[in-house]
Amino acid sequence: MIFIEALRSGWQAILANRLRSILTTLGIMIGVAAVIILVAFGQGASNSVTSSIQSLGSNLLTVTAENPNRGGEIVNPSIQDLTVEDAAALNDPVAAPDVAGAAPEKRAAVTCTIGDLSHSTQMIGTWPAYFEITNSPVAAGAYFSNADELSARRIVVIGSTVAEELFPDSDPLGKRISCNGAPFTVVGVQEEKGASFTNPDDIVIAPITAVENSITGYGAVSSISVQATSPETTDLAEEQVIAILDDRHGTQEGTRDFEVFNQASLLETANTALGVFTALLGAVGAISLLVGGIGITNIMLVSVTERTREIGIRKAIGASRRFILLQFLLEATVLSLFGATAGVGIAILIAQVEVAGISPSVVPISVVGAYVISVAIGLFFGSYPAKRAASLRPIEALRHE
Amino acid sequence: MRVPVVQMEDITKVYGEGEAEVRAVDGVSLTVATGEYVAIMGASGSGKSTLMNIIGALDVATSGIYRIDGVDIGDLDDDALSLVRNRRIGFIFQAFNLIPRMSAAANVELPLMYRGVRRSERRRRALDALGKVGLADRAHHQPNELSGGQQQRVAVARALAMEPSLMLADEPTGNLDSKSTADVLDLLDEIHSEGKTIVIITHEDEVAARADRVVTLRDGRIESDVLAAAR
Repeated sequence: MIFIEALRSGWQAILANRLRSILTTLGIMIGVAAVIILVAFGQGASNSVTSSIQSLGSNLLTVTAENPNRGGEIVNPSIQDLTVEDAAALNDPVAAPDVAGAAPEKRAAVTCTIGDLSHSTQMIGTWPAYFEITNSPVAAGAYFSNADELSARRIVVIGSTVAEELFPDSDPLGKRISCNGAPFTVVGVQEEKGASFTNPDDIVIAPITAVENSITGYGAVSSISVQATSPETTDLAEEQVIAILDDRHGTQEGTRDFEVFNQASLLETANTALGVFTALLGAVGAISLLVGGIGITNIMLVSVTERTREIGIRKAIGASRRFILLQFLLEATVLSLFGATAGVGIAILIAQVEVAGISPSVVPISVVGAYVISVAIGLFFGSYPAKRAASLRPIEALRHE
Repeated sequence: MRVPVVQMEDITKVYGEGEAEVRAVDGVSLTVATGEYVAIMGASGSGKSTLMNIIGALDVATSGIYRIDGVDIGDLDDDALSLVRNRRIGFIFQAFNLIPRMSAAANVELPLMYRGVRRSERRRRALDALGKVGLADRAHHQPNELSGGQQQRVAVARALAMEPSLMLADEPTGNLDSKSTADVLDLLDEIHSEGKTIVIITHEDEVAARADRVVTLRDGRIESDVLAAAR
């Protein structure tokens, strides 16, 4: 009852000073909008990094050779290379139940030409399973098959960047390109993966046997790509891969001549870093919210001074301290809530705009939080002026001009 | 016999200390019975404003006993004094003291709102009171749209709507022209004739002449207390 009456009185005061109310609201509005927008941009950045990491294959493990000899001290005198046989050993459903597939990668820098066009890129020699393991579907044409691999056919699947460079206005399928002098027939074009740390589209992929025959020679592979059965089993698959390779290489913790790189843990690290970044942005927004709150105190103090006489009248005809306190508190809170609503509206509008390739993503909790905090701000920053108003003595207030 | 509305015994109000001590009201004893119409007169500095603040429970005396309707208000706190004013005293101020940007009806309703009267009920009582002071057609005007006389009549309506034990008027005609003065004084006469208790503070003889008892203050003390019939 007293609450509704006090709210009504506060509302009348807000309407009575429209311009001032709007200006006060503006401070909170900007603060709330800043918090929501900055957090949305942080979240947007996080989303974009997460999706580019996931586009590499969300449950991907990469095994690379690693020299364990540190600081000249020889820890393992018999370093072994990673081999095609290592990759084959990982495709073992008994010893590695959580490994969905493994494929060796033999990398070589090549220059591919067709007619007058030339493009330097990276060639990967691998198995057909590579496409599924690394989540690399073809947009046109086909993969190569196990038979192609066995017979070392010189065929390639090219990345979209390579396709653009070498075939600016013709269909690459079936064309013969020359890479480091060796002829390869294009059988497929990879689907575009988009920007990441490195350009995953600037690549040509051929059967590993063909690459060994014509370009790199036989021997060590650059790395082995391993796909876990699901993102949840990535850690288990990692352990199994390590166990198998330790067994084959006769190594253990400390003397290992290989390293397993876990995509999931990269994602985790990136998310942690971006979380800090988002929190930082939120803090910057929170400062403007604080400034808005101080604006409320300021305006409410002016309002109390200006309305001293009115407060005196109200107390003379029987308003209790509690009522005056509540009226001014509610006035501040209502102003703050209006500011929050306007701020949320503006933030959602601005969040539709893409900036620097990042599409902001409004976090629902930041909207709810903005409302809760703005009520708290109204109560907190309104309490001092409200207390001042409530403790005015009627005879002095009535004398005020 | 009924309990007097105002019962003051040896009321003193002191401002300042030591050398600077000022006894604004110095040992006033005053009783106002139900239905009386009392004028308190005095030159400026006679202590009548201080006395009016104490009678109106806007201020508390330094010493002495003051009862309104038999209730001792000597040691009540701020909120309790607000409650006493709200329930028992209807103020009419020299400066009208209506709240700006609120309609006449809303102004009249205000004390009833603080009392917790339901909205429809207080709207009805406010319109009744405005009708009584002849401003039924001005109920939705704001104070700045009303003449001084009309504003003061709204203030009278506000006091009336509270149905107070005591109507306390502080120089109610001080800011009014003679026509409006007559209107407001006629209104007070009418209210008095209905049995209301009125205390009016003034320095004008013609205003005091309407009362049936005139108390004159000088230097914080009662100089004379005369029934109109005796004059």
